[in-house]
Amino acid sequence: MACVSFAKLNAPSSSWIGGQQSLPQRSGSSAWLATRRVSLPIRAGAYTDELIKTAVSVFFKTIASPGRGILAIDESNATCGKRLSSIGLDNTEPNRQAYRQLLLTTPGLGEYISGAILFEETLYQSTTDGKKFVDVLHDQKIVPGIKVDKGLVPLPGSNNESWCQGLDGLSSRSAEYYKQGARFAKWRTVVSIPCGPSALAVKEAAWGLARYAAISQENGLVPIVEPEILLDGDHPIERTLEVAEKAWAEVFYYLAENNVIFEGILLKPSMVTPGAEHKERANPETIAKYTLTMLKRRVPPAVPGIMFLSGGQSEMEATLNLHAMNQSPNPWHVSFSYARALQNTVLKTWQGRPENVEAAQKALLVRAKANSLAQLGKYSAEGESEEAKKGMFVKGYTY
Amino acid sequence: MASASLLKTSPVLEKSEWVKGHTLRQPSTSAVRCHPVAPSGLTVRASSYADELVKTAKAIASPGRGILAMDESNATCGKRLASIGLENTEANRQAYRTLLVSAPGLGQYISGAILFEETLYQTTIDGKKMVDVLVEQNIVPGIKVDKGLVPLAGSNNESWCQGLDGLAPRSAAYYQQGARFAKWRTVVSIPNGPTELAVKEAAWGLARYAAISQDNGLVPIVEPEILLDGDHGIDRTFEVAKKVWAEVFFYLAQNNVMFEGILLKPSMVTPGAECKDRSTPQQVADYTLSLLRQRIPPAVPGIMFLSGGQSEVEATLNLNAMNQAPNPWHVSFSYARALQNTCLKKWGGRPENVKDAQEVLLIRAKANSLAQLGKYTGEGESEEAKQGMFVKGYVY
Repeated sequence: MACVSFAKLNAPSSSWIGGQQSLPQRSGSSAWLATRRVSLPIRAGAYTDELIKTAVSVFFKTIASPGRGILAIDESNATCGKRLSSIGLDNTEPNRQAYRQLLLTTPGLGEYISGAILFEETLYQSTTDGKKFVDVLHDQKIVPGIKVDKGLVPLPGSNNESWCQGLDGLSSRSAEYYKQGARFAKWRTVVSIPCGPSALAVKEAAWGLARYAAISQENGLVPIVEPEILLDGDHPIERTLEVAEKAWAEVFYYLAENNVIFEGILLKPSMVTPGAEHKERANPETIAKYTLTMLKRRVPPAVPGIMFLSGGQSEMEATLNLHAMNQSPNPWHVSFSYARALQNTVLKTWQGRPENVEAAQKALLVRAKANSLAQLGKYSAEGESEEAKKGMFVKGYTY
Repeated sequence: MASASLLKTSPVLEKSEWVKGHTLRQPSTSAVRCHPVAPSGLTVRASSYADELVKTAKAIASPGRGILAMDESNATCGKRLASIGLENTEANRQAYRTLLVSAPGLGQYISGAILFEETLYQTTIDGKKMVDVLVEQNIVPGIKVDKGLVPLAGSNNESWCQGLDGLAPRSAAYYQQGARFAKWRTVVSIPNGPTELAVKEAAWGLARYAAISQDNGLVPIVEPEILLDGDHGIDRTFEVAKKVWAEVFFYLAQNNVMFEGILLKPSMVTPGAECKDRSTPQQVADYTLSLLRQRIPPAVPGIMFLSGGQSEVEATLNLNAMNQAPNPWHVSFSYARALQNTCLKKWGGRPENVKDAQEVLLIRAKANSLAQLGKYTGEGESEEAKQGMFVKGYVY
């Protein structure tokens, strides 16, 4: 693995930017965009070409491809247990296996889903027929991804806020996940508006993301960068915009400092909405306007894809909002990375019964297709079920 | 000016600002609440000029047009005049600037003109206000507001740009006089490092200036010039440029500058002037566009490149190469020497040459206009236009 070291000279009282040696030339050129011909030594990472290919859209039909988005099924065992118990099932490995199998073997899923985020257990699991899940995904043309963070814990010195751990041993873990077939990673940290947020919490969130992103890229995984600004709170949409702009400014500054290649990352923001307990709801057009404004102010066009989280919105809300954001061309692929907003009706349809698997898979396709259309700006809410309209916000939700 | 915006509390709390269990601060919504004339709630700060700033920036960043930079300080203008055998008098400066701003039809290719303070308050030799001539030409008047480069203590012989003292009332006065955009040029030197200190100071100064400008109705042009001096290769320029722009945008955000109401004036990404490997316009375009794509959020309406010592033709060719495919921002020019060089020589200080000199200016302006549209062909360019204008250690 090629490491770039920037030798710092000791100048009279300040440190220098970069090194005295210029960056080593990258061998080979990567035509990662139809109109670009020259390869630029953005950073001499061994995986640079592959990273860009995995992330980038039209040409390579990968994650940020038109009409497609991410299925997030990386619930930890504990969280998966909550899903299972909501339909009366025990939290056992066979049950988790059965559920993930239902999802991943859905015929034709790859038409609407370009990537699937897995929990570690699932990355190493197989179907009941003994086929590796990563192979099932490859056959579906869905890129396997892996959740790599180790969860949220209290942040000392903050206002009861959290930080996301997982950097220890991340490099070797990432290398292992790559060997197992993962090609992208995901790390979710949170920012809480009711708690401030404090400058400390925002800085820690952004710095952790940047360090994780750099380590991921060094090990061949496209990092999904996810600073979730929680829905909790009674604040208006303007406040969310303000906090989101602060958070993303910090994230991009630290990503740059860590020499992360922007062409080889994906973002997973929360949409800019009022807090869940704010008296006024916002319609999809308003959410789209605020969210796109935020993106235009903070996200350089080198980033190929922005895959929104649903964070407690109903299935239909999440689809409507995405649709509203795709009414005109954007400088980046604007799509979805949904967990609950794709799985909710599926789970309820399944109820843990083998005879319901087909119907449940159909329900998944309905949702996936709706969001695919939304990504293309072509969704219409006709024929949506009641279940799809149910909100899924849980106050103080721990994920 | 809505001074309430200055009291806006920071969007995040320092530890001392909160009390366990509940936040001390009032919700900051009042600071971004709708101002009657401001865009609803999307204004980063309650500036009463928000709408106008966005409109002005868009007007300057209009297709097929760019900026004529003619804000040379009196001393620098003196060098220009001396090069054609003229003395550095107010009358001569007035005559030269009259020639430039009165070129008929200039507004077809030029959307903004950056003036030095003297010129903002000057009249043409016919007694008409310079700003009025410009406005009639559909050219937005701009004003250089920085107070020049001075040595930066604690650095490696680098410079910093001064001008923040009294900038607010000066900007307000310039607005009164008709200016609608401002310009502040700081520099970064690769042979000197650059040191982190110099980069930080450059970026912070620009961010502070930008916030003050917007508060006073002027669209700030943000110009951290990475000097051409040096023998470094294009990769090194790229590396430094990425660092500089990351820092600039971070501080712009911290200063709550509204990105829809700024313009950038970067240097293109090229090898150093003394590097033995030269680059083609295609290479310059590829590196420069990469830089922009990695650092510039699409909310910024226009990126107006400086020419910094390139020849007139080089500057046009490079711009053309950058406009061969659609960009998320207007990519254009803000040229001084690369627009004025041949024009100045043609004039030679003689009234009978004014018309020819103006035609030469229009030729250059049109060439760059075509380059902005990606349609420049380079046919018929003069030898003069191809002459490089790099001066080692050039003091602007």
